[in-house]
Amino acid sequence: MTSPARSAHFLAAVVALCAALCWSAGAVRAADGRVPMPDIPKALGERCVAETDFMRRNHMTLLKHQRDETVHLGVRKAETQLDRCLTCHAVAGADGKPVSYSDSGHFCRSCHDYAAVSIDCFECHSSRPGQKAQGASRDPPDETTLKLLGYLRDKRR
Amino acid sequence: MPRAHYREIEADSGFVTLMLLFGLALAGGLLSSLYMRHYGHVVSGMGNQIVWGIPHVFAFFLIVSASGALNVASMASVFGRTTYKPLARLSGLLAIALLAGGLSILVLDLGRPERLTVAMTNFNFKSIFSWNINFYVGFLAIVAVYLFLQMARGLDRYVGIAGLVAFLWRLALTTATGSVLGFLAARQAYDAAIMAPLFIAMSLALGQAVFLVVVMAVCAGTGRPLDHALLHRMARLLAILLTATLYFAVVQHITNLYSPKRLAVERFLLVDGGIYTALLWIGYVGIGSLLPIGLGLCPAAGRSRPMILAAAVLAIIGGLCHLYVIIVGGQAFPLLLFPGMEVSSSFGDGMIGSYRPSLPELVLVAGGMSLTMLLTMFGMRLLPFVPMSFVDEATGAPAHAVTGEQAAGR
Amino acid sequence: MTSETGSRDERASGASRRSFLKSAAGVGVTMLAPGVVLYAAAPPAVAQRAGRPADSKIRWGLLVDLNKCPPGCDLCVTACADENGLHRPGAHESQWIRKVNVHDPKTDVRREVPVMCQHCAMPACVDVCPTGASFKRADGIVLVDRHICIGCRYCMMACPYQARSFVHEPQENQRPEVPRGVGTAEACSLCVHRIDAGRMPACVEACAARAGGAMVFGDLNDPSSAIAKAIGTHRATTIRADLGLDPAVHYLSL
Repeated sequence: MTSPARSAHFLAAVVALCAALCWSAGAVRAADGRVPMPDIPKALGERCVAETDFMRRNHMTLLKHQRDETVHLGVRKAETQLDRCLTCHAVAGADGKPVSYSDSGHFCRSCHDYAAVSIDCFECHSSRPGQKAQGASRDPPDETTLKLLGYLRDKRR
Repeated sequence: MPRAHYREIEADSGFVTLMLLFGLALAGGLLSSLYMRHYGHVVSGMGNQIVWGIPHVFAFFLIVSASGALNVASMASVFGRTTYKPLARLSGLLAIALLAGGLSILVLDLGRPERLTVAMTNFNFKSIFSWNINFYVGFLAIVAVYLFLQMARGLDRYVGIAGLVAFLWRLALTTATGSVLGFLAARQAYDAAIMAPLFIAMSLALGQAVFLVVVMAVCAGTGRPLDHALLHRMARLLAILLTATLYFAVVQHITNLYSPKRLAVERFLLVDGGIYTALLWIGYVGIGSLLPIGLGLCPAAGRSRPMILAAAVLAIIGGLCHLYVIIVGGQAFPLLLFPGMEVSSSFGDGMIGSYRPSLPELVLVAGGMSLTMLLTMFGMRLLPFVPMSFVDEATGAPAHAVTGEQAAGR
Repeated sequence: MTSETGSRDERASGASRRSFLKSAAGVGVTMLAPGVVLYAAAPPAVAQRAGRPADSKIRWGLLVDLNKCPPGCDLCVTACADENGLHRPGAHESQWIRKVNVHDPKTDVRREVPVMCQHCAMPACVDVCPTGASFKRADGIVLVDRHICIGCRYCMMACPYQARSFVHEPQENQRPEVPRGVGTAEACSLCVHRIDAGRMPACVEACAARAGGAMVFGDLNDPSSAIAKAIGTHRATTIRADLGLDPAVHYLSL
């Protein structure tokens, strides 16, 4: 990115920080007019690795588990790999291509902005689906993932 | 038995002004860290060849000084020199403040400062860096307890034990700090066991110098008395400690001169290293060692308060030069991948690395030093750290009381 | 003169590390020295099946034959940059592999040595890392876990090869398989994402396909592997062997 653009970003970040203290809004819409709700884009696939309620609460645990498996053990191509998530949850921008995390319409941002939870995943990871991953098959969860899903369900019950 | 009497310092206009100034500098340091985090370290002078720069020079300086600032407390409670006791509390406070300032620079310079919690929860016990984190946190805790025992009523009998633990702990701490460089087998400028004793001596000397400057400033600024005999004794001790540091530095360089693979780096540092050679000979050896050693040992200079202050300030400047040569100069000399060959590449192989401290780094450094000053001043305001009079509690000898006016040499 | 075809899929079963070369047709043939033919560059192929953890019986390594590394050629460097989404050399840019020009003033011999992370058996960067972000995988690949790297740069101080770089600027458009971001240390990963998919590192592939085929990739722990045989036969050397780090990258005619 060019330096002036980054300067603008830096200033904007400082200003936004101050502004956020007294005013909070964003890509939220009011359901029933009273409680503002995040505007979550629809996913492309038929189904996720688990049901939506479960994923909302546990996606970070699944991702973190997978991240250690991938980085330290070299276990790849799992259903819970970030690239897979991005494939189904890609949001097309004005040009028809998937938007990046810098766009407020990005799937992850739509909710994280609303919940005011900042993540640093996309400082390193690409926030758009990879080309190969776009044609990825949606296999059922493997054994390890199933075990983890079961464990998380028991724990949170 | 007469006891030294302590009282909090007053929040006069000078105090408030200084607090505001240091507060501003600290805010600048924090903003600078945010700036480097946002743009990346490309805005610093550091790069892929010289990866540690001026922030690390000052961080090392503050951290080793923290250990040395406790000299006075150790003299009183470990070595039984009770004349030092009235200043023992201030010595402990300054030790904590210096360490906090040094650590803040180190942490705020990280590529990912927000991951401090990661560093505090993921330990690699083979890493001396990891050990250091524990040594630093432990030091803060031990000195805090040590201070509490000194200041609480009726707990005097535990002060000796706490002082001994603190003394041993700071020896371990500076050994580990020196070993951060000493364990680097890859670099000809480091990779030496003597780094540990060198850093111990350096910490004792630099901490003593910082303490001298602070105690003189505090007593002059608040109009408190400062026993000149004690001051003179501390200046002589500073000279001895500086001599010890110089001794280890000389041994280190002479040893290296006998090692063929280190000849090149020694030639660079001692003869044709440009800024590094100048900082080493003029900054460290001349200004930072010989001059203050002379001032500290000369009886005439010992009678003059400004001369003692000058010796301490020169020792600090020299210590910073020394650390700059060790840390930055040691990295500037290229790694030896192919001994005996002439090498070049697009990644700095075979070339002397270039480094120019950038503004954000300097502001960060100022912020860290300001944190030290803020904590010290805040502590002195909050609790009775500074003595109103000097009484040798063991002998009950009357204080060599000197008024504030005289203390300031006016 | 090399090809990347030919596979040894018996490892998929995990039964045997010992391999044989199926047929000369499917295997790269490399001239190491006059009269010495080395069967090389056959992909490690399916050494590790997707979804299975790295195998501790394997130790991946490289052999670089400097006699066949043409002067001025930087195919390995550009292939690495393309594969891993690195930028062109600049004052603050990362270099995972670089060519070092080495000139012997006594004999006037000149060589260009590709230098990358040497994937040491006893890596200094791993020893010094305070958080354990620098680590060695079971199959000997030395990596940075960027999730726990705090950006202290101590690994860069410790590495004798200057193999580590620091990401000095915020990154965009990273390769999906190669996450990399500001404030963390990084180095050659031996194209770990390719190895996990049964492929060779990008530099080896590019060198074999379009340059001298100077690089051989394989399992150092397997005495019958091309790389182990070549290292044994030709007494390959490592850079700074005196440090005792046992690097996985070996050189011929250094």
